[in-house]
Amino acid sequence: MIGTATIAAGPGHTESPGLWVLAWRRFRHDWIGLVSLYVTAFFLVLMAASAAGLIAGDWGKEVGVSHAPPGFMGPGATATQPAPRSAGSPDASRGQQKDDSGIADPLADVLVQIRAKAPPGSVDTDVADPLADVLAEIRGRSGSAAAAEARAPTLLFGGDKWGRDVLKKAIKGTETSMFVGLAAAVLAALLGTVFGALAGYYGRWVDDAFNWFYSVFTSIPYLLLILSIAAVLNQKGTVTVILILGLTGWTGIFRLIRAEYMKHKVREYVQAADAIGASNTRRIFVHILPNVSHVVLVQLSLHVVLFIKSEVILSFLGFGVGVDTVSWGSMLNEAQSELLLGNWWQLAAATAAMAVLVTAFGLLTDALRDALDPKLK
Amino acid sequence: MLAYVLRRLWQIAPTLLGVVLLVFFLFTWVGGDPAYLLAGKISNPEQIENIRRQLGVDQPIYVQLWIFITQIATGDFGVSWATNEKVSEIFATRLGPSLTVLVPLLLVDTLLAIAAAMLVAYWRGSLTDRLVMIGCTVGQSISILVYIIAFQYVLAYQLGWFPVQGWSESFTDNLFRFSLLPIIVGVLVSLAPDTRLYRSFFLDEINQEYVRTARAKGMSETRVMWVHVLRNASIPIITNVMIQLPGLLAGAFLIERFFSIPGIGREVLLAVERSDFPVIKAVTIYVAIATMIINLLADLMYKLVDPRVQLK
Repeated sequence: MIGTATIAAGPGHTESPGLWVLAWRRFRHDWIGLVSLYVTAFFLVLMAASAAGLIAGDWGKEVGVSHAPPGFMGPGATATQPAPRSAGSPDASRGQQKDDSGIADPLADVLVQIRAKAPPGSVDTDVADPLADVLAEIRGRSGSAAAAEARAPTLLFGGDKWGRDVLKKAIKGTETSMFVGLAAAVLAALLGTVFGALAGYYGRWVDDAFNWFYSVFTSIPYLLLILSIAAVLNQKGTVTVILILGLTGWTGIFRLIRAEYMKHKVREYVQAADAIGASNTRRIFVHILPNVSHVVLVQLSLHVVLFIKSEVILSFLGFGVGVDTVSWGSMLNEAQSELLLGNWWQLAAATAAMAVLVTAFGLLTDALRDALDPKLK
Repeated sequence: MLAYVLRRLWQIAPTLLGVVLLVFFLFTWVGGDPAYLLAGKISNPEQIENIRRQLGVDQPIYVQLWIFITQIATGDFGVSWATNEKVSEIFATRLGPSLTVLVPLLLVDTLLAIAAAMLVAYWRGSLTDRLVMIGCTVGQSISILVYIIAFQYVLAYQLGWFPVQGWSESFTDNLFRFSLLPIIVGVLVSLAPDTRLYRSFFLDEINQEYVRTARAKGMSETRVMWVHVLRNASIPIITNVMIQLPGLLAGAFLIERFFSIPGIGREVLLAVERSDFPVIKAVTIYVAIATMIINLLADLMYKLVDPRVQLK
């Protein structure tokens, strides 16, 4: 289509608008699509700025007190709100005690037990805490450190267990989750397009081979396949997650692109390309590919959402990004135990960030599809 | 019919071979020698040596492949590396709890989704339709993790309406006490995407001419929708339900993990955490086989629902 448009634009002719120009004209009238495009673009800018270290570079700094509440709730929101129902459990009470002193003596419980066992009258059984000196030193040091950098009692959107700013973590998590989703989707789209193009264009045994490959991959449930590969690789990290998701997620794109190529390879413009002596590779990638690229684009954005969701689940389970990286999944993992203490802000931050991006991306995909393929309606 | 089934079963063979090869190379080449993997996890060197001998690690690759194929054929995957429990035993004991939660979940979800989709499709374009669709879009964008965490916290932990987690020996207790909240959360999560999907199936049918004919001859709207439209829309619905069945076998990983249901999904997660390869291998292979058989069953069901379908 693009090729013919250029040829037709001889003297005396006005160039007819191409597929993308027409699609953009349709897209401009779809206000839901436009809004979701702006939201997605905002997240992309956020991701880029965070990756470049412009914002949230110091997310790991412990700026607030432990479990600092959000600013609008005022300080002491946690103190006045003792963990409901968990007060009876020993873990919770020990947790509170630890918060007060800052550093808990790991031997405290044992010592209390030993001292309790000793008969009350005996003076000889003076059980000394072997860690007392060390602890005193540590407490002194951390006390001076705390004095040096005063910890904020509240943070704009609350703090986590270590007093890190939840808002900054959410931005950093956006960077990780979105990057994984985008990179994995690009990888999957690349594999799916190349495989689908080859299978659909050449047909016969090439098609059989790729179809066999396809049916092997699709006969194992998606999440089970991902978990098996995660088990085998046995290493965490952003690149690992991208590879796992990308290498397993190409099947849907393959199927669609293959069908498109089967449809296109018998069309006149491809026969014409054959007549002027274009090679197979040229016909596949230069002549047909631009005409099916809208399918790839829609699938790409569909898969970004799918992979973001998968990454969140993987990271939540601890098979995803590394421990020193923050993603929405790892935030949700921390939020699960924080919620039991009544601290809902990390859960809210991760959920909100993810919900906004995923909704915007989903609506953008719908708008793209409507704009690129008006026949569908 | 029989010829068709036999031919389809025959076609499964190369795919099954592919799955076996994929799993084998994944775990043998990428996974590496179990001795390195288990070095920190099993302290007894004799046990590791045993595992290596069982897998035939020192033998040529085709011998190892043959060992793997015999394992699949006999169903004897040896013992779990982590707990020494027989893998077949793990399957037998974990399948029950998984099905107790997941069969009612799938049934309730499918029925509710069909009813909801039919309603909004009938009132397409109305405010109800648009509100439900927006609700579905937003609801779908929130991670399943958040639903589970929030519901478990509010309904079970704070309000105490359900047990937070747990499992017992008695079936009725499990179904009506421990499975209730997992089923509610599961239905809620899958309702949104299913309603959206089924709505599009119904919309495809509602504008057909046979619907107009049925109305023209004076049939009630209920009968038109529930008999004529539903039956014609049921083929893609069956496909969608069947696609979910293999996942049922593998269990809903997250639901089982959060609610401590001793099912197959939770077992798989534990196995991945402990690098317990025999368990993961067995689950992957058998679920893949089940998927292929279910696909065949789905095709046979099309014929049952719609006699016009030609099985070739």
